[in-house]
Amino acid sequence: MARLKEKFFPFFLISPSVLIILFIITFPLGFSLYVSFTGYSLLTPGSMVFTGAENYITLVRDPVFWQSLKNTVIFLTIGINTELFLGLGIALLLARELKGGRILRTVSMIPMMFAPILVGFQFKWFFNDQVGMINNLLYTFNVIEKPVLWLIRRDLAMFSILVAEIWRGTSFMIIILTAGLMSLPKDPFEAAEVDGASGFQKFRHITFPLLSPFIFIAMAIRSLDIATAFDIVQIMTGGGPAHRTELIWTYVYRVGIVDTQFGLGSAMSYVTVIISVGFAYYLFKQLLKTRR
Amino acid sequence: MLTKRSKEYIFTFLAYFVLVLILIPALWIIFTSIRPEVEVNAYPPVWIPKKLTLEKYQQAFFSSGIGEQAVPVRDYLRNSLIASLGSAGIALALGTLAGFAFSRCGFKGKDSLFLFVILSRAVPGIALSLPLFMLFVKLKLLDTLTGLSLVYTAYNVPFMIWIMDGFFREIPQDLEDAAQIDGCTKWQAFLKVDLPLCAPGLSASGIFAFLMAWDEFQLASVLTRSLSSKTMPVGLLEFTSEFVMDWRGMCAMAVIMFIPAIFFTFLVSKHLIKGLTFGAIK
Repeated sequence: MARLKEKFFPFFLISPSVLIILFIITFPLGFSLYVSFTGYSLLTPGSMVFTGAENYITLVRDPVFWQSLKNTVIFLTIGINTELFLGLGIALLLARELKGGRILRTVSMIPMMFAPILVGFQFKWFFNDQVGMINNLLYTFNVIEKPVLWLIRRDLAMFSILVAEIWRGTSFMIIILTAGLMSLPKDPFEAAEVDGASGFQKFRHITFPLLSPFIFIAMAIRSLDIATAFDIVQIMTGGGPAHRTELIWTYVYRVGIVDTQFGLGSAMSYVTVIISVGFAYYLFKQLLKTRR
Repeated sequence: MLTKRSKEYIFTFLAYFVLVLILIPALWIIFTSIRPEVEVNAYPPVWIPKKLTLEKYQQAFFSSGIGEQAVPVRDYLRNSLIASLGSAGIALALGTLAGFAFSRCGFKGKDSLFLFVILSRAVPGIALSLPLFMLFVKLKLLDTLTGLSLVYTAYNVPFMIWIMDGFFREIPQDLEDAAQIDGCTKWQAFLKVDLPLCAPGLSASGIFAFLMAWDEFQLASVLTRSLSSKTMPVGLLEFTSEFVMDWRGMCAMAVIMFIPAIFFTFLVSKHLIKGLTFGAIK
């Protein structure tokens, strides 16, 4: 009896978590897989008819789908690298023993506390060509004479949504990397000091290698977040103008919800979920190796 | 060559300077919420306010709502608090139990199950919004705080398990063994030995769970309909329905949204660094 109890103990502890994930995430995902093979449209009753791979053929032939996938990759690459660069720089400052260090570290988390949707509105307003504070500042200092169309010109629109995403995301990088830096052992640094290593040498050969697990997890979590970015971009540009800032999820939203083509939208979201879960699988496999 | 001391001054100055730079967008929001209307929309822009007003906050808490559309901030705030605190609390409990099992018990298929749990976090909310909507209509969970809290709990559980599994791993097995030799069951050992030791992990993962639910918009916008379940992020959208955007109202609501977030973060800030290093990485 006692042995039986021992055997089922872990399942007893784990099952509530697994059940709620199955109910809220896995089951609906399975349902949308089914829908992706139908011509289901929210506005047409009785349209949940099996159409085979039709939706998948449509999406492969859709240039906007590929464009939005490409935009997402660009957005992710620039975003994650900038966040890492800024985050590491600021973390190196904050991990020192400064006056008011704990307050500074909490303050550096403030952007993370702003909801993405709020960040979207906020930066949409800052970058607004008529009333935005950025153009206002540029006017005040006589840098420009005509308004800069931040959210309309192709490169500038991408730049603007990146600024918003990076503003919010860097603070997550900062907090994880600061935590990492503060937990590093002191001995190697003292030894290097005795050997007369320069600041850069110490960073290159001690800090960076020891910090790399932290860098890895911060980048893993953030890149999953950026790859699924939606709120900020949807509010700032809605993927426009003319799909210039269309990311994969704003496009899925446009097709599935705005145009009510739920079947096609599900197919698109399914392809993207598979890419994103595959990516996560690779990342966490690596992480688990070090843990187990 | 700079002396060590002057170097420290330079770094301190730099740290403060960079943080002020980061904070400008946030400060501008706070600032706008207490300026009079004429200054916000003035052209040429007014940078230094001549007068401050708490009008929007008064509307939020002491009248029917903010602005001409009377956005009912009080109701949204209540809903947000219930859904976020509720789901973070439940996720914390579930995640701690599962994290303990994953780190301390051996059983078949453990690694695959762990991976399954973690990967479920990679599914973005928007991919689930429509199927969940249909499911919730069937189960009569649409537009209820119960339904929304369930969703947030499911979303938070994987990260919780990740952090708590890492945390329990850091607590020496010997302590628990000693307790078991003294006659504790595994469950008692968990409650009396492991749980108290992982308080930093609990607070770090708790704050992340809270913030995730507090900030979530996409799912809430599909799964909530009325005053009884709409949350703050969904409410923000109501300021855009007019021709002229009520920026001051929106900023005031943003500040109201921000206060609980920073309050809870400050509360756990002492444990945050330790909780993250042990839980998330090792």
